[in-house]
Amino acid sequence: MNELKVMSYELRQNVLDMIISGKGGHIGGDMSVMDVLVTLYFKVMNVSPDNIYDPDRDRFVLSKGHSVEALYAVLAKKGFFPIKQVISEFSHFGSKFIGHPNNKLPGIEMNSGSLGHGLPVAVGMALASRMDGRLYRTYVVLGDGELAEGSVWEGAMAASHYKLDNLCAVVDRNRLQISGSTEDVMHHDDLEARFTAFGWHVIQVNGHDYDALFAAFDEAKATKGQPTVLIANTIKGYGSPVMENKAGWHHHLPNEAEYQQITADLAARKEAALHE
Amino acid sequence: MNKIPNRQAICETLMAHAEADKDIVALCSDSRGSASMTPFFNAFPEQSVEVGIAEQDLVSIAAGLAACGKKPFAFSPASFISTRSYEQCKVDVAYSNTNVKLIGISGGVSYGALGMSHHSAQDIAAMSAIPNMRVYLPSDRHQTKKLVEALLEDRQGAYIRVGRNPVEDVYSEDNCPFEMNRATVVREGDDVLLVACGEMVRPAVDAAALLEAEGVHATVLDMYCVKPLDTETLLKYAEKVKAVVTVEEHAPTGGLGSMVAQAVGEHCPKKVKCLSLPDAPVITGTSQEVFDYYGLNAAGIAKAAKELL
Repeated sequence: MNELKVMSYELRQNVLDMIISGKGGHIGGDMSVMDVLVTLYFKVMNVSPDNIYDPDRDRFVLSKGHSVEALYAVLAKKGFFPIKQVISEFSHFGSKFIGHPNNKLPGIEMNSGSLGHGLPVAVGMALASRMDGRLYRTYVVLGDGELAEGSVWEGAMAASHYKLDNLCAVVDRNRLQISGSTEDVMHHDDLEARFTAFGWHVIQVNGHDYDALFAAFDEAKATKGQPTVLIANTIKGYGSPVMENKAGWHHHLPNEAEYQQITADLAARKEAALHE
Repeated sequence: MNKIPNRQAICETLMAHAEADKDIVALCSDSRGSASMTPFFNAFPEQSVEVGIAEQDLVSIAAGLAACGKKPFAFSPASFISTRSYEQCKVDVAYSNTNVKLIGISGGVSYGALGMSHHSAQDIAAMSAIPNMRVYLPSDRHQTKKLVEALLEDRQGAYIRVGRNPVEDVYSEDNCPFEMNRATVVREGDDVLLVACGEMVRPAVDAAALLEAEGVHATVLDMYCVKPLDTETLLKYAEKVKAVVTVEEHAPTGGLGSMVAQAVGEHCPKKVKCLSLPDAPVITGTSQEVFDYYGLNAAGIAKAAKELL
């Protein structure tokens, strides 16, 4: 049994409940990025409610800020705030739990929402780590549609220029964005070559395979003299055939029948994971 | 004639503190020469970051450094840092509440004949409209030093605009009254109030002297703190006079004049004349030629004041 995989389906259910409560959210990307976030927070990073001010904690930036529901579910599971509160308040009038990350909440380092900001911010964090002689690492998760933002590549250039081997980026490569296939909107099929050309170490990984993700993050940590990017190949809407690989589910609000079906599908996958 | 531009005063002040405070970091976007920051980069290479010609990156990287406890000063021409990086200033600095000091160098029409691409006549309006962003335009090298020293003590983001050329001193080394976020009263008079910021303060002071020679008594406020605007001092003096003249190296909309007129109109309605650059690409010329053409000089300010009285 893979406990993290089991947990990921529970957290996906939290995301679904949040989005129903808030009457909106970016469900497709939440589901695709969930296993990456679970891996980072429960296996890779030294981040917990006990060390939120520790200068040696690892730093995390969710550059694809619209997947905040997945981050809330993971942070709640880590104990930063109660999941019941998130579900009942998400996107409600006056709520702290808004539709993009906000660092007024414990556990969130930087506000995001405007795409293309996270990687250069993470470069600054990684530079600070080096300047201060600290050992913490900086992680940033980007969407694949986001890679059309030019500022991503400004950051990519700086990261390799400064040989930031304490920086690890992850691209949630779910191949869909709001208007359709990423390849139709603005192609990224040569992503590995692009990052390589920018001086990065590139790792292709199945973004839903925990053993593969563990190995990839280990490899990133062991890579010296250059930053590493994981191209996490994922399925948008992962968790239920109702929403998997459907561009319309970028921010679709499930109806009652869809809610019930997704809930049943998530429960079935969790059950299967329990017996793996 | 003073030979030290305000940008150089920033560099000198940071260098005076960087040895003792290793958290001070300077960032440039291939702009260290323009920013007068080459001496800092040479003296403190471990506290310097070059990002190349990438102003968005400049601001985001600075925000990341600040989020980890550093005290970054990010330098780039005001025209670029204020609008090319506007979203980074909004989200990564103001909204995320990171302690980034954004230094807009060669502000206003400093670049003269290089044209509108290099002019920053929108920066006060743009930056002031962002919640949690402060906007400062120091008037001379002495005030610039005091301002930078104050900024080193706080932990909040700010935008600071300075010009490219040396400006005549308004103050002296021994006599530079400064209180953070409070306008400096340069002189007092009960007929007209001249409110200026940045490098328009000196011509406003000279205008007051011209007016005095004609028997018109002017108060001059150095409103280096455009945001938060010191409305208390502004209204205290506005109440005493017959009219108010504002002077700024900025577009006519959304800058110092707009803010002063808003405050005066709300609390003690008076005639307000706002002197500024036009809502158009400015005429080709050196910055002084441009100022003279649009009446942003002592004679022009004095003339505008007399017309109101």
